[in-house]
Amino acid sequence: MTQRRGWLLSASLADLLFLYAPIAVLVVFSFNASRLSARWQGVTLQWYRMLASDEALFAAVQNSLVVAVVSTVIATILGVSAAVGLERYPFRGQRVVDGALLLPLVIPEVMMGVALLLFFVMIRVPLSLLTVTIGHAAFNVPVVMVIIRARLRKLDPALEEAARDLGATPWQAFRRVTLPLLTPAIIGGVLMAFTVSLDDFVVTFFTAGPGSTTLPLKVYSMIKSGVSPEINALSALLVLVSMALIALSLVTQRVNAK
Amino acid sequence: MPALLWMGIFFFLPLLLVLVISFAARGTYGGIEWTFSLANYLNMADPLYLRIYARSVALAAATTLVCLVLGFPLAYYIASAPPRWQAVWLMLIIIPFWTNFLVRTYAWMFILRSEGLLHTLLSSLGLFTGPIEILYSDAAVLMGLVYGYLPFMVLPLYAAIERLDRSVVEAAWDLYATGWAVFWRVVLPLTKPGVIAGCLLVFIPSVGAFITPDLLGGARSMMVGNLIQHEYLVVRDWPFGSAVSFVLMTVVLLGVAGYVKVGGVRGWRGGRL
Amino acid sequence: MALRLRQIAKSPNRTWITALLYAAILACQPTQEDGPKNTTKAGATTLHYFTWSDYVGPELLAEFEKQAGVKIVVDTFSSNEELLAKLQGGASGYDVTVPSDFMVTIMAREGLLAELDLSQIPNARFLSAGLQRLPFDPDHRYSIPYLWGTVGIGYDSAVIPTPPDSWSILWDIRYKGKISMLNDQREVFGAALRSMGQSMNSRDPAVIEGAKAKLISQKPIVKTYTSDHYDQLLASGEVVLAHGWGGPVARAMAERPSIRYVVPKEGATIWSDCLVVLKTSQKRELAMRFINFLLDRDVAARTTNRLMFASSNREAKALVDPEVRDNPAVYPPDSSFDRLEWMTDVGEAIRLYDRAWTEVRLR
Repeated sequence: MTQRRGWLLSASLADLLFLYAPIAVLVVFSFNASRLSARWQGVTLQWYRMLASDEALFAAVQNSLVVAVVSTVIATILGVSAAVGLERYPFRGQRVVDGALLLPLVIPEVMMGVALLLFFVMIRVPLSLLTVTIGHAAFNVPVVMVIIRARLRKLDPALEEAARDLGATPWQAFRRVTLPLLTPAIIGGVLMAFTVSLDDFVVTFFTAGPGSTTLPLKVYSMIKSGVSPEINALSALLVLVSMALIALSLVTQRVNAK
Repeated sequence: MPALLWMGIFFFLPLLLVLVISFAARGTYGGIEWTFSLANYLNMADPLYLRIYARSVALAAATTLVCLVLGFPLAYYIASAPPRWQAVWLMLIIIPFWTNFLVRTYAWMFILRSEGLLHTLLSSLGLFTGPIEILYSDAAVLMGLVYGYLPFMVLPLYAAIERLDRSVVEAAWDLYATGWAVFWRVVLPLTKPGVIAGCLLVFIPSVGAFITPDLLGGARSMMVGNLIQHEYLVVRDWPFGSAVSFVLMTVVLLGVAGYVKVGGVRGWRGGRL
Repeated sequence: MALRLRQIAKSPNRTWITALLYAAILACQPTQEDGPKNTTKAGATTLHYFTWSDYVGPELLAEFEKQAGVKIVVDTFSSNEELLAKLQGGASGYDVTVPSDFMVTIMAREGLLAELDLSQIPNARFLSAGLQRLPFDPDHRYSIPYLWGTVGIGYDSAVIPTPPDSWSILWDIRYKGKISMLNDQREVFGAALRSMGQSMNSRDPAVIEGAKAKLISQKPIVKTYTSDHYDQLLASGEVVLAHGWGGPVARAMAERPSIRYVVPKEGATIWSDCLVVLKTSQKRELAMRFINFLLDRDVAARTTNRLMFASSNREAKALVDPEVRDNPAVYPPDSSFDRLEWMTDVGEAIRLYDRAWTEVRLR
């Protein structure tokens, strides 16, 4: 028994190492004074300083945040309404609509990016942050929808019915009963959509226009110009941000649970 | 519902557009000439392009398999750990999952370069002094894909294994089944929905992968995603690019349908997020 | 349960953290922005400059920003085809861009370019003799040459002591896996065609097929096709032979002194990238003012020093650093001019090139 677990444990640790080693390597070498080789040549913060003075980078970060916020808001509103509509008010073509709304999650991103590009060209809308936002909102709707629906299924519909029996209109019942109960799921959906939008590269790549470079696009063009410790530094910062956010939410979850 | 309207305009209409354009022809310098024919699809029957599809599917399948092999022990271990540790392990898996995909792919570029970390490591250990030629090859792309999508496999697997009734597994052990038999005949069938979900979550993005072969594949390893980008942004043959995209989507949907048939529709629903 | 765990993991306070981070990032904006930023807050005019990824010199742009009180937003591309594709794909917000010679012809024909008012670009008077009245736009109706140079081979003389003089060195199996080619359809075919003794502007399908076959045979020994970072590959020793434009090779020389540059005896491209104003631009006057700025003798000299590309301004050469002036990768020696060929638009034959290039990339 313990033999089996020992084997599982070592396999799991190996997997974990595999997952983390490359990231750790990136972080460590972002302090390397050598520009090109992977041999250690002394500690330096110069790459981080280079990042801090990169205006284009800040513009990209700003663009990313703006797009993420706007597209998340749109996607959440649409996603919640879709989830509620599908779950609570069944109708005849439901299965089809259900699958159809989940489609963006299934098709390759390239396809979506290219389709949106063609679409905007055809209706003669110039590419810009607006087109990027529209694209993000489109593929985030199913993301939000899936999360909300999972939670909705666990909710007891009797609660809402009870509210209505007591004289509330459907909208009031929704607003005062279901919505508050859905709040954790909505927040989860918002955060998921926000992160997906911040991270997205492929769809943004095809729909971005002049001056609408987002952070992933900027990282990509930096990488295309060759391996550089500056990118290591940027990566280290991005990893740090992810870790900080997750760690912090873990801590607050413990606090909340109390 | 407003959602339908939005999706209708910004998702289905564009897709339909892609389908329509795939039957058109290309202007001399790019752009679209509205003369319709099956020419683009017929051109795709060329072994040149079929090979790209084959390679993409093969790489995606290989990625899925490797992820499954690597991910299953991990998922099983987490699922059988005490609940407090489970949360920790899950957090550890989620962190790379949340980290930017480009960053994770770049990490492998850094390691696998001729003068990269792997080379430095091996030469300092005296094992190998010549430059490493791994970067810019199918192998590098495979490594990058596995690395990128491993968390996508582990999470659904974990969800399914967690639901597994331990007593059944224990019973199998008590009946003196070998480890392999326990896995193959008890655990795997019972966790099938999770396996299907995990495989789908890895296979689909891998087939249409674009970033990984672009950065790690160099001259040698082009996949369908790159071909589509090439057709749109280099050759400017939008109709042909559209045709390629549509065939890709069909391949993916067929794959999904196939997997779902094997796993059962309810399994698909249940094993999903 | 897993679902709940994951949902809990993204608890409400994440929104606060994100907001805090956003505020922190904004607060960290570098102070050097304060100068031009004050003026832009008032006028907020932005000039969109779409240029080669090699051509960006932030200090020079900042100078214009201060001078004209505008903000310049730069986007980059790495091949002419990419430029054309982006413009055809609806990226219409650009004001100034820098296509290569033959691409000017195509863009003009596609109606993408605005006519230039030369009275607003006085610095155009100082064009080098060889760059005035070029066949693709003799009256400078649409374009003004900005930077020019050659295409050749950068090589590491420490590994290849006898200077190579022919394109065929790029097909030499001894350097398998240590060769990089440009990721540029016309240039790569140009190299193959010249090595076969053909013009790089050939429209003959049979000839193009032959070039394609030659490139496919080369593929196993090519490490990668890149227009962006072959200077880095040369400098780090990852490749010993790089097909490239002179400028990046010159930059690699600074990091690894054994790098040299050669224009093969069978001939190579002489190119000139030209500044143009896009027809969809709403700020044509500003655009032309910017072009005039870039062509200024002093700015041009500094551009050459920094980017290692020869400027079209004949007076700038005198102001350029001596080592840069004498570097054959930057200023081609007169002896090489007889074997240089200008790339021209090949009309309908471009489809053949497109297909053939796709095939080379896919195999």
